[in-house]
Amino acid sequence: MQFNSFAEFLNMGGYAFYVWLSYGVSAALIVYLLFASVRRNKTVLEQIAIRQKREQRLRQAAELNMQEQGINEPQINDEMIEAAVKQSTQISK
Amino acid sequence: MFKWLHPYANPEVSYNFCGKLQPWLFRLSALFLTIGLVWALLYAPADYQQGDSFRIFYIHVPAAILAMGIYFAMAIAALSSLVWQLKLADASAAAMAPIGAVFTAIALITGAAWGKPMWGTWWIWDARLTSELILLFLYLGVIALHNAFEDKNLAGKAAGILSLVGVINLPIIHYSVEWWNTLHQGATVSKLGAPSMSAVMYWPFLMCLLGFSFLIAALVCLRFRTEVLARNSMRPWVRTLAANALELEQPMSCNSHGKHSQNQGAK
Amino acid sequence: MNPRRKKRLAIVSSILIGLGAVAGLVLYALSQNIDLYYTPTEIVQGKKDTGMKPALGQRIRVGGMVVAGSVKRDANSLKVSFDLVDIGPKITVQYDGLLPDLFREGQGIVTNGVLVGATLLEASEVLAKHDENYMPKEIAESLGKDYKKKVEKKAAGE
Repeated sequence: MQFNSFAEFLNMGGYAFYVWLSYGVSAALIVYLLFASVRRNKTVLEQIAIRQKREQRLRQAAELNMQEQGINEPQINDEMIEAAVKQSTQISK
Repeated sequence: MFKWLHPYANPEVSYNFCGKLQPWLFRLSALFLTIGLVWALLYAPADYQQGDSFRIFYIHVPAAILAMGIYFAMAIAALSSLVWQLKLADASAAAMAPIGAVFTAIALITGAAWGKPMWGTWWIWDARLTSELILLFLYLGVIALHNAFEDKNLAGKAAGILSLVGVINLPIIHYSVEWWNTLHQGATVSKLGAPSMSAVMYWPFLMCLLGFSFLIAALVCLRFRTEVLARNSMRPWVRTLAANALELEQPMSCNSHGKHSQNQGAK
Repeated sequence: MNPRRKKRLAIVSSILIGLGAVAGLVLYALSQNIDLYYTPTEIVQGKKDTGMKPALGQRIRVGGMVVAGSVKRDANSLKVSFDLVDIGPKITVQYDGLLPDLFREGQGIVTNGVLVGATLLEASEVLAKHDENYMPKEIAESLGKDYKKKVEKKAAGE
């Protein structure tokens, strides 16, 4: 152990400000990066799921519409639904 | 020759592989960083000239070495993405850029905080410091390009070209202290031959370097998986994963919402 | 132009401007280092290859070693004067301000300032240079003074 007391440790031989500034800023930046990375992972997963739900709803609505109008030939196909979903939601960067 | 690698070109396989690796990398980094930092702050001796301000070395040097290492890895990923059109390489390059930027910033800030008491100035336009600042700008440029285009392939190409052009900066950073008359001193550890420091000071440095390396590897895993998800959002396996994740969160959606707003308040 | 293209153009041009600014800064920094950097010997005898000597009143940067026993501090202010040397003649530096912690006799330093006499520099900034060797006090002491001198000479850019 290089220091005799806790106060001496905090004082860092007179360089307390510079040493603790370095360690503090580094820790803060790394913790921020960690949290930002975890949060982004969650948001991306959530957005994919939300988009999927919206897609399901649109599909159901389209089918309902078809039944009401008595149309057997599907007038709305998968591509149109996908285009509609793409317009309404976007995976944020 | 590279046939054994082929399964890993599948996004799902590499996503799962990184998912398995990630917790172990975090654990290893926590272990080595605890050992390294306690050793560096409490047990490593003070320098004969610089006293305890020398302890900044244990953050500054690993951060600077690894910032360059990440850049090199990112450039290799960019090259394989441009030449062999590997989409996963693009994802990994996009995952590495923010991590590299943070470590470059750490190297610059700790360097300034060390330069003030020792040299007498926070900053000087010396070849080593200037080229390190350019490294930060290169990282920021790569991040900006990755986000500038909606088409991820195009974004990857633009960012990849910039990262490849920027590789020229790596030897400049490393040899700047030899080529120009800099205030920054020469290399202590990143050179051939024995390090210019005594073993009692070198060992804690090695522990810190290992700890930060594992931390970076873990962060790359985490961000790489996010990038893979975002780039494969229409694939069935991603959709199943996302649906499961949302279901898991739904029952306590009130709770998580409260937490979220708290976090934002703290920011 | 549609907004998306406009955004893209803005981003690309801002990156280009950024890189341009960076390149400019590098050239500026290097030119300052190369053209305006003198050793005490070069101030007296001129640069080796071009014979260029700094003019009186010119802002220059000087690197050298603080001559042992030459540091004179003013008792009432921060004013200090010391001699700087490399391999030949020495020059005197006057400075009014805080010195870095590493400033000591025999230390390699770099100073910015205006040449006010043939061998007199009015410094506005004094920076200490240190070497890449780190060691605990006990080891430094056991290595003895010879080693320390050698190390400091190296730090001064010899």
